[in-house]
Amino acid sequence: MKKETSDNKLYGILAEFRNPKELIEAAKLINDNGYRNYDTFSPFPIHGMDKAMSLKKSKLGWIVAVHGLAGLTGAFAMIYYMSVYDYPLNISGKTLMNIPAWIPVVFELTILLSAFGAVFGMFFLNGLPKLNHPLFNSENFKKVTDDGFFVCIETEDPQFDDEKVQKLLEGAGATNIERIFDE
Amino acid sequence: MSKTYEYVPEPALVKGNHDFKDITAMVTDINMRPTPTAWYIAFGISNILLLLLLVSIAYLFWEGTGIWGLNQPVGWGWAIINFVWWVGIGHAGTLISAILFLFRQGWRTAINRFAEAMTIFAVMCAGIFPAIHVGRIWVIYWVFPIPNSMAMWPNFNSPLLWDVFAVSTYFTVSFLFWYVGLIPDLATLRDRIKSKFGKLIYGTFALGWRGSNRHWWNYEKSYMLLAGLATPLVLSVHTIVSFDFAVSLIPGWHTTIFPPYFVAGAVFSGFAMVLTLMIIVRKIYKLEDIMTVDHIEKMNIIILVTGSMVGFAYAMEFFIAWYGGVEYEKAIFIIRATGPYAWAYWIMITCNVLSPQFFWSKKLRRHVGFTFFISIVVNIGMWFERFVIAVTSLSTDFLPSSWGYYSPTFWDVVTYIGTFGLFFTFFLLFLRFLPMVAVAELKGVMPQADPHNYDNDGNYVPPVVEIPEPTRKSV
Repeated sequence: MKKETSDNKLYGILAEFRNPKELIEAAKLINDNGYRNYDTFSPFPIHGMDKAMSLKKSKLGWIVAVHGLAGLTGAFAMIYYMSVYDYPLNISGKTLMNIPAWIPVVFELTILLSAFGAVFGMFFLNGLPKLNHPLFNSENFKKVTDDGFFVCIETEDPQFDDEKVQKLLEGAGATNIERIFDE
Repeated sequence: MSKTYEYVPEPALVKGNHDFKDITAMVTDINMRPTPTAWYIAFGISNILLLLLLVSIAYLFWEGTGIWGLNQPVGWGWAIINFVWWVGIGHAGTLISAILFLFRQGWRTAINRFAEAMTIFAVMCAGIFPAIHVGRIWVIYWVFPIPNSMAMWPNFNSPLLWDVFAVSTYFTVSFLFWYVGLIPDLATLRDRIKSKFGKLIYGTFALGWRGSNRHWWNYEKSYMLLAGLATPLVLSVHTIVSFDFAVSLIPGWHTTIFPPYFVAGAVFSGFAMVLTLMIIVRKIYKLEDIMTVDHIEKMNIIILVTGSMVGFAYAMEFFIAWYGGVEYEKAIFIIRATGPYAWAYWIMITCNVLSPQFFWSKKLRRHVGFTFFISIVVNIGMWFERFVIAVTSLSTDFLPSSWGYYSPTFWDVVTYIGTFGLFFTFFLLFLRFLPMVAVAELKGVMPQADPHNYDNDGNYVPPVVEIPEPTRKSV
């Protein structure tokens, strides 16, 4: 653990809990106490955590919808431009606007763009990639991808108060409380 | 009053008494241990086969498609058969990862990573064939809508072009889906591995994942949306592959049953391939507690269902050929069953329709060795299905004077064997360097992950299933 010096700004206070149930209860408590800049960490998504942390519905659906629509109209426009406008070719007497035959390509490109939206939109909403983070300074935090359950209340929070937060976390049954510094 | 029914509990997804730490260790230790000698041997053999593939492709480019057994009237031979076979195998991975996810089948978590990897490598093997079979490889870019000196664009009315879009989209989306699933597990490896280089690589690809529940919230949404997108995609891909045949006017190909029949066949062969690989891997890497006999049984039931669907489709083809009253259509089906390729037809029927019927027996579908045997038989059968479809219809077309017998050449065979080299080279690299079970997802379906299964002191209390006693009214 890093020493506290004038260069090192406190990032937040990290507390460890023993199991999903305690984590979810701690999250409820922190949320009910009016904290907003905090986060919980677990090796897998925990059922009911969204309610405990009162998380808003993910905006990802809208991102995907916009991407899907772009794929749909883009593919249609591309085929129209290529086979009707730019170089019309009479292929065995079929009509140029042979829309039923365009469905497969239009469909595939809709799916492709939607999938890009779902993946890269998720990265965007989560602020990933972010290879460096103050929490990675904690040796104990490595457990989060194995069997560790953590809460971190950040100094950013308007009502952050060092002692109060420590007390709250202790009261919630944290097994290990650690101060995390920016480097 | 005697009990007239018996309660059958859902089997536990993870056998044995494991906590989260055990699961992490069981799966990721495989990646952190020194490489076993057997792996090097297997990798060496795969590399030799891969070299065979490269040599045969190089010779093909040099000499042209004349090195294959193609001729008039059979212009589509092993290349198209292998393409359809490999891409079909890939479909099981998406079925497991996407469709079973949407149906909330918790057992998929033990095998989905693995099956998705298989999908990606199988689609790579499949994609080679349409690319190299064009003859003039230097103008392969004509299949993409890229501006060229002739100012011409691809023909969007052609099923062969739809295929280009379908297969490349399928590969891309499968890869993204696989990668999204891998991110939390790559973070696990980043946090556990000791070597600096390993940390750097895994850390980079883990993108700084730190298990934040605000992230999980979007992540789960993303995963669900991807599953929802991959489901129609996987159905569309084999539908479009079947259009390669069905949109033409060749007897035996020009049928509306092709799309559903191809999709069922694809899932059938894919599950067989997953089983073949899984039965070996669970033994070697001692993952029997994660990939349990219950998993094998469930997969065998899917094989039984899809195998019977395929059998039904074969019967239906015959019926419609007779009922439709088209002379050429009738003739081709009689020739299939009795003509020069009858041997292939009956291999197909034996392997695809008869062999899965053994799985009506609970004892046999829980028998690991027998399942392994049937899984291989099914894959042979599905290869022959594509052989029967492609070759019989072409070799005996409308004009009896042009009929001919098709045989593959040495290079046909070598190219096909070579694709196994490509497949296993990638698969072995996957087994060695990536977690082969979705660790985070597996933990999520364990009873320990449910906050309700803890008492007020924070001790784990296994869930008790209440078995209702039969009452006079309900029995």
